Amino acid sequence: MSAADAPPAARLLAPLARPDLAGHLSAYGPPPFGPAGSADHEALIAAVEESGLTGRGGGGFPAGRKMRAVAAAGRRAGPLRSPAGTVLIANGGESEPASAKDALLLSRAPHLVLDGIVLAARAVGATRAYLCVHGDPAPLRAAVTSRERAGLNRVPIQVAAVPAGYVASQETALISFLNGAGAVPSFVPPRPAERGLHRRPTLVLNVETLANIALIARRGPAWFRGVGTAAEPGSVLVTVGGAVAAPGVYEVALGTPIGAVLEQAGGPAEPPQAVLAGGYFGGWLPLPGAGSLPLSARSLRAAGAALGPGVLVVLPAASCPLAETARVASYLAGQSAGQCGPCTQGLPALAQALGQVAFGQPGPEVLRWTRDLLALVRGRGACHLPDGAAGLVASTLQAFAADLRHHAEHGPCGRAARPPVLPLPRPPGSGS
Amino acid sequence: MTRRRGAPAELAVNPIACQAHGMCIELLPELITADPWGYPLIAPGPVPAELLPLARRAVGACPTMALLLSSRGPDLVTAPDAG
Amino acid sequence: MGPQALVVNSATPLWYTTRATGLVAMVLLTVSMACGLLSSAGYQRPGLPRFVTVGLHRNSALLAVAFTAAHVITTVTDGFVHIPVQDAFIPFIGSYRPLWLSLGAIASDLMLALAISSLLRSRMSYRAWRALHWTSYACWPVALAHGLGTGTDTDVHWVLALTVACIAVVAALTAWRVSAAWRWRRPPAESQ
Repeated sequence: MSAADAPPAARLLAPLARPDLAGHLSAYGPPPFGPAGSADHEALIAAVEESGLTGRGGGGFPAGRKMRAVAAAGRRAGPLRSPAGTVLIANGGESEPASAKDALLLSRAPHLVLDGIVLAARAVGATRAYLCVHGDPAPLRAAVTSRERAGLNRVPIQVAAVPAGYVASQETALISFLNGAGAVPSFVPPRPAERGLHRRPTLVLNVETLANIALIARRGPAWFRGVGTAAEPGSVLVTVGGAVAAPGVYEVALGTPIGAVLEQAGGPAEPPQAVLAGGYFGGWLPLPGAGSLPLSARSLRAAGAALGPGVLVVLPAASCPLAETARVASYLAGQSAGQCGPCTQGLPALAQALGQVAFGQPGPEVLRWTRDLLALVRGRGACHLPDGAAGLVASTLQAFAADLRHHAEHGPCGRAARPPVLPLPRPPGSGS
Repeated sequence: MTRRRGAPAELAVNPIACQAHGMCIELLPELITADPWGYPLIAPGPVPAELLPLARRAVGACPTMALLLSSRGPDLVTAPDAG
Repeated sequence: MGPQALVVNSATPLWYTTRATGLVAMVLLTVSMACGLLSSAGYQRPGLPRFVTVGLHRNSALLAVAFTAAHVITTVTDGFVHIPVQDAFIPFIGSYRPLWLSLGAIASDLMLALAISSLLRSRMSYRAWRALHWTSYACWPVALAHGLGTGTDTDVHWVLALTVACIAVVAALTAWRVSAAWRWRRPPAESQ
């Protein structure tokens, strides 16, 4: 099936999907468990590897390889070192403000995610699992309880509400939070796959990735590869936002041209100038030129953007891209965990410099200082917040060089007064 | 400090532990300079053999043990932020 | 101080060594405290880089341990007053001036813990090491109280002056350090 003309790939968000357990079981059947310790565990890892499923949380790391690494680390760590097995963490934290797909998946098809959790947990020898979500955990706790009564949870699953914060759902931050400390990243090594929660090898997977595993376990890797491209198979949930007629979450096959994805969301609501691909760790692609670019991690990275957790935000021509990015840079600077000097000092300085670019009349020394800051923050934090912020700003300076020149010569353009298009979370305490 | 004898060694800093005391910058200016906020900027690549004793001294001098010397090189997050 | 002078009026070389090593240890411990206070506040001057302050802190501390060891050995081996070796490490079990000697035992125990933990720093968590190192704020005054309480030369003027000077230096730097902790959050030279 060619990716270029694939219809919307309704898999995770299929009309079959049911939020209640009875509906889920009648639509999909029970999860395919084998007896404990059987070769089914190795078979599942091999199936996930063969399917080519990559992490859907933004990392894009091959899921099968991660599972194999944790399973091997668990065998190495052995019973002598520590009482329990490995740990699985399902990441539904979704701290990217422009992304809504995890929340939708968990409300529309929670049992697919929970199936995936139990199947993956058993495959890597996990003796406990955590489902981390942002927001009210009660409905999911009810779903877990209904499964326990039906005997479907071979592994205890604990639903944990994680705090808001851009870095709070980073892998090591989740582990730190579940270990009882703050939801802030920690220094790696040791990697979570080697030593994570409670010092056990820990597998952290996005909830969309786990839902895909639940379907691969039932239908096989060949089915998974039925849509998408050979290099990047499968479907992906994309949150389309900004100036489109029907913003929302859409499931598309990887490799679908970006223009086609935007058309699914009703197309641009007003004349567009660019689309932000990848969320706030991503980059800008000019429109309409980028319409033919395939939606895949590789092609987006080559174009200076990213796939990220599947985020596309359309920026209309009537908005000022420098002002929008300056607001996002300010938000990201405020999200620093405050642990690493270059990030704690550098991101606010970067936001301030970008503010001068967007809302003032930046002289050459401001632009030079901005570029210096990009080099000073990249790679010098314990997590990728400074890298992502620097990447976004660099992409802005490159994609909107003409606007930059205009601001330098004439000061801010009037478009900065427009209501913001790029979404930012409301400050805490103002109702969520 | 994880080192194999004879293997090339690389310097890295644990950015969370680093409090910009600046001891490493004073002791190893050939490889470590200060950024505008006093935090260390480490020259990329392996440590030249003749600077290894100084590098070990700098590692020992760090008050928060943030400077690291390892054979594998800086092994930061292998996969990008995933989950 | 009158009555003690009658008891310990011995002129053996061991006794002189005990007194001398005790005094030198006090001075070295004061130097170490002073350098420790300066370096933990990030103090530096063009001619005094931080690695020098830290190096002085560590070396003077190790020398203080050495001189304290000599002080303990000569005290125990000097037969004029019987002080068994365990009194040098376990407080409150001795019979000779139990209070003041016990302070010395406590101070030397703390010094040993501080020195050993710092030498083995790479093998313990940074937080554990730092928590243990806070006991240095107790070690120094306890050592000084030991010297003032059981030292036999406190009536000698220059010894008293030296002791007062040590107290003044550490008191002043501690006060400065407490106030500097509120001001210094980034390295001094290059803040924007």
